[in-house]
Amino acid sequence: MSGASIRLQGVSARYDGAAQLAVNDVDLDVKAGEFIALVGPSGSGKSTLLRTVNRLVPLAQGNIELDGVDIMTLDPVEMRRGIGYAIQAVGLFAHMDVATNIAIVPSLLGWDRMRIDERVDDMLELVRLDPEQYRNRRPSELSGGEAQRVGVARALAAQPRALLMDEPFGALDAIVRHTLQRELQEIVRSAQTTTLFVTHDVSESLLLADRIAVLRDGRIEQCAPPLEILAHPASDYVHELFAADEAIARLREQARRE
Amino acid sequence: MSYLLAHPARVAILAGAHLALVAAALGTALLIALPLGLAIARNERASRTVIGVLGALYTIPSLALLALLVEVVGLGPAPIFVALVIYAQFVLVRNVVAGVRAVDPAQRDAAVGMGMSALQRIRRVELPQALPVIVGGVRIAAVAMIALATLGGYVGAGGLGSLIFIGFTLHHTDEIVAGSVAACSLAIAVDLALRLFERFTRSHQQVQREP
Repeated sequence: MSGASIRLQGVSARYDGAAQLAVNDVDLDVKAGEFIALVGPSGSGKSTLLRTVNRLVPLAQGNIELDGVDIMTLDPVEMRRGIGYAIQAVGLFAHMDVATNIAIVPSLLGWDRMRIDERVDDMLELVRLDPEQYRNRRPSELSGGEAQRVGVARALAAQPRALLMDEPFGALDAIVRHTLQRELQEIVRSAQTTTLFVTHDVSESLLLADRIAVLRDGRIEQCAPPLEILAHPASDYVHELFAADEAIARLREQARRE
Repeated sequence: MSYLLAHPARVAILAGAHLALVAAALGTALLIALPLGLAIARNERASRTVIGVLGALYTIPSLALLALLVEVVGLGPAPIFVALVIYAQFVLVRNVVAGVRAVDPAQRDAAVGMGMSALQRIRRVELPQALPVIVGGVRIAAVAMIALATLGGYVGAGGLGSLIFIGFTLHHTDEIVAGSVAACSLAIAVDLALRLFERFTRSHQQVQREP
């Protein structure tokens, strides 16, 4: 199943009823199957922007189309079931075991029991957790990395056409983080799932994204492929943001030579 | 104690009626408190207002409330039944609100973001997680209601209160003691049973699997 296109036009939104706009007049055209990273410091509006897409944050202005259909014409509950959602805090349901957590959206969609059980095992294998060992564990019995994996498995369980991720690997150490990043990349590339991925980690965005949207004060400062961002930053702000470490600087030199 | 020992069957029947009255009032009280608590839990102002009003009702002297209710609904079990339902609201609603509020915001966010309707969120996430706190409220309310229900003896509601009331008018200390001991035992038994249930919900909620 291939991904959905997502088109944001003149999108403005407020965070939790605040007077000031957290997202201000954003245009973003996401092609089917594309992986977009939303990057910026905290308060730049990246999470709020992400949450407008599945209508967790209402639009103050503008419109969003999912495969050409205005999301305001869709039933929000039904629409969300077709969009995977994973957050930094994971939010695994503490009173349900791992299998039941992963099965949430398939069961909301009314899949039959056998198909759900099969899918749960497939998803656990996909995120490299042994189904036999993890199926019946409680969230409280998982390490941070395991919980994040289950969170990703849960977001992907119902074969969503789009995936919204808000720092899904935020709380992890570098090694686990790299492993999960690579796995996620494989998974969404092979399934052609359109992905919006919020992160404040610029190297994560360089590694994963087809295009990076750099946010500043609720506006998109630049939206371009990783190498172009490094080679031709649109502003000092973008340059500064990606000038963070040596490795990136070297990569930038390389990009310039190419 | 001699009355209790001489007429155990009579005391048991009164205790049964007592328990039935409390159970009916508690069930009715929950039918009001659960939806009310769930509806207001996420609204800070509504919660404060409702719990404030219920707290004020809770402070009305029980004898005065009962006397007022007799004027409205007459003698018999009705006035004590209504009084019990009113008094239980404060503890029950407060605990429903506290239980729902204690649900991890990330779990709530995930529930909504993954496409649960409001009812599904309540039934699948908020209620199961709030259950131990709600059962805790039910336990406290039940114990208070068993004691309070003895006042029903004064308005002809039956139950253990009638034993105490008869003892009081006839100056038979023995019957007062019998009624009190029975009511206390009932309260302790119910407290214990609900404590066990509360513990069960706490451990059970960790491993529950939904179909």
